[in-house]
Amino acid sequence: MTEIALIEAVRLAMARAMEEDETVLVLGEDVGVNGGVFRATDGLVERFGDKRVFDTPLAEALLAGVSVGLGAQGFRPVTEFQFMGFFYPAIDQVANHAGRLRNRTRGRLSCPIVLRAPFGGGIHAPEHHSESFEAMFAHIPGIRVVIPSSPARGYGLLLAAIRDPDPVVFLEPKRIYRAPKEEVADDGEAAPLDCCFVLREGSDITLVTWGAMVLETLAAADSLAEEGIEAEVIDVATLKPLDMATILDSVERTGRCVIVHEAPLTGGFGAEIAARLADRGLVNLTAPVKRVAGFDTVMPLPKLERHYMPSEGRILAAAREILEYS
Amino acid sequence: MTEIASFAVEYRRFLDPDGQAVQPLPAFAQDPAALIPLYRAMVLTRSFDAKAVALQRTGRLGTFASSLGQEAVMAGTGAAMRPEDVLLPSFREQGAQFLRGAAMTDLLLYWGGDERGSDFAGPREDFPICVPVGTHAAHAAGVALAFQLRGEARAAVCVLGDGATSKGEVYEAMNLAGVWRLPVVFVVNNNQWAISVPRERQTAARTLAQKAIACGFEGVQVDGNDVIAVRDAVERALEQARSGGGPTLVEAVTYRLSDHTTVDDASRYRDDAEVSARWKDEPILRLRKHLTDAGAWSKEDEEQLIAECGKEVEAAAEAYLATPVQPVESMFDWLYAELPGDLAEQRAGLVAEAGAAGDAKDD
Ligand SMILES: Cc1ncc(C[n+]2csc(CCOP(=O)(O)OP(=O)(O)O)c2C)c(N)n1
Ligand SMILES: [Mg+2]
Repeated sequence: MTEIALIEAVRLAMARAMEEDETVLVLGEDVGVNGGVFRATDGLVERFGDKRVFDTPLAEALLAGVSVGLGAQGFRPVTEFQFMGFFYPAIDQVANHAGRLRNRTRGRLSCPIVLRAPFGGGIHAPEHHSESFEAMFAHIPGIRVVIPSSPARGYGLLLAAIRDPDPVVFLEPKRIYRAPKEEVADDGEAAPLDCCFVLREGSDITLVTWGAMVLETLAAADSLAEEGIEAEVIDVATLKPLDMATILDSVERTGRCVIVHEAPLTGGFGAEIAARLADRGLVNLTAPVKRVAGFDTVMPLPKLERHYMPSEGRILAAAREILEYS
Repeated sequence: MTEIASFAVEYRRFLDPDGQAVQPLPAFAQDPAALIPLYRAMVLTRSFDAKAVALQRTGRLGTFASSLGQEAVMAGTGAAMRPEDVLLPSFREQGAQFLRGAAMTDLLLYWGGDERGSDFAGPREDFPICVPVGTHAAHAAGVALAFQLRGEARAAVCVLGDGATSKGEVYEAMNLAGVWRLPVVFVVNNNQWAISVPRERQTAARTLAQKAIACGFEGVQVDGNDVIAVRDAVERALEQARSGGGPTLVEAVTYRLSDHTTVDDASRYRDDAEVSARWKDEPILRLRKHLTDAGAWSKEDEEQLIAECGKEVEAAAEAYLATPVQPVESMFDWLYAELPGDLAEQRAGLVAEAGAAGDAKDD
């Protein structure tokens, strides 16, 4: 087994899914001969042909809408949006159609589609290429919002998303597209949806995060360990529907929680987790819940990007602040 | 100057407002008796619309969009389709939906506020009504792509309004249909109004049909009050689509004789005189004149048909009014194939609340 990065894991999962199910199609801008701007679909058109892998005209609302039509007809399109920043026009289709079709036809039609988009900052990308607005998707009923944080989970979660009978918005943290690498078995094993992954066990404090921020959060946990503090690190992975039980269970043991995300603070998905902790876990908390998030600013261009992104230092500062409480 | 491209848009009409043929009729229309089902479909739609409006006025139906005056677009489109084609309506196409086998009771259920109304017993693959204007054009492209990929001789029919043609997404879908030669027909119900905005405020283009030309396929304009012209144009477009010839746009020029919906008051933005003047063009009268002149329709036939349609509509309304409300928890039960744990908790809370209130119903 060789070590691969997230981008390769995503490609492997798509190829595996296309191999095992001929209703799986790949659509998007430049996903054919060019293999996608990040090369996620590299080689797929050569292997599966242009009746399975489609370069579409440049139109995002169309991408989502065509996927809805294909989904209603029993196909399983895996549709790529080049960058999350260009997904906005397609949110109409996700909220008004993909998430509603099964419900509004009482199961007569459904929408087994996956809408993939690279997201997040930290790669010095041009304007509109670094945002994180996963919370907007998480507010939409009837869909799943899934974010992998490693090559192995990228492979397993994407396979699960493609096999899922309902629409999934699959957001790929592009900062970790090429590194780190890890061994991933191309064994067709899906990873479970709708559940958090405990990446590190600890009894002193719970650090909750998702996507690329898992790196800084694990680094912060390592630093805390050097001080004799054991942090539990939870990768939420499926934001919607949320597996709150895993988080509540951890906080019951640690009494402390820091939530980390790149997206702006206000209305970010951390707010949902914090609110549910207040609702269900308050009696177990010995300290306030802290959020380490992006600012409520427009994502800065690359020169200031570093100052926007939550850092290990900010995570440590928040953790230390609530470790003061006893 | 070198002209590198030039285009023309055809206008087609078979019957003038007096029901007189202005050119040889297509094969399906040569025997007047064969036109009676189309006539019936239009009369039934008008009866249904009248009943639905009456139900709304008496508090027994929600907001409803009548198709008064546009029955020929609906009947012509519905009749041109084969059962295996797929219809993607907007919200005023009940006449086409009935011909597809959607039950009147179902549509009343839908407008009455019950999701089961979109679980059509008849056309299982047809799309439900689409409220977000124009967003279903892309679905039609997706459905058509599915047919193309499976090599099936079927086509998708997307009906949209004149207002909808202003939406970028409609262009996106037509553009894709053109590039990939998808088996789809876009039927534009140009009823001259998008709520209060008249057709000429919607676009500076001379016709809506010509929008297809920019997408690389044919757009034709037909007299939308001539059911023969609508059916003929949609039928030809469907044949072309099913046999791999790609998409067509059919612009049916008609007029919305009613308010936009039951919550609209059109007197705020258009003169009654304009509306009155348009009644002479309406499609049912036109076909009736044609049938009567041909000796294929009598006063007795008319009376019998009106009574028959009235009865059918009454029965549908009664069935609708007698349908019990869904269990409250049904709002959860079709969201996902399997209800996630997160939502199971919310569902249980609602069930407990409804149980405590002593009613499993809510309206
Ligand atoms: C995207 C969107 N914008 C606005 C509305 C509100 N609305 C409903 S129908 C309508 C006018 C539609 O006009 P047209 O496309 O000509 O269809 P018609 O109602 O005349 O059949 C508007 C503005 C809507 N439903 N969807
Ligand atoms: Mg209109």
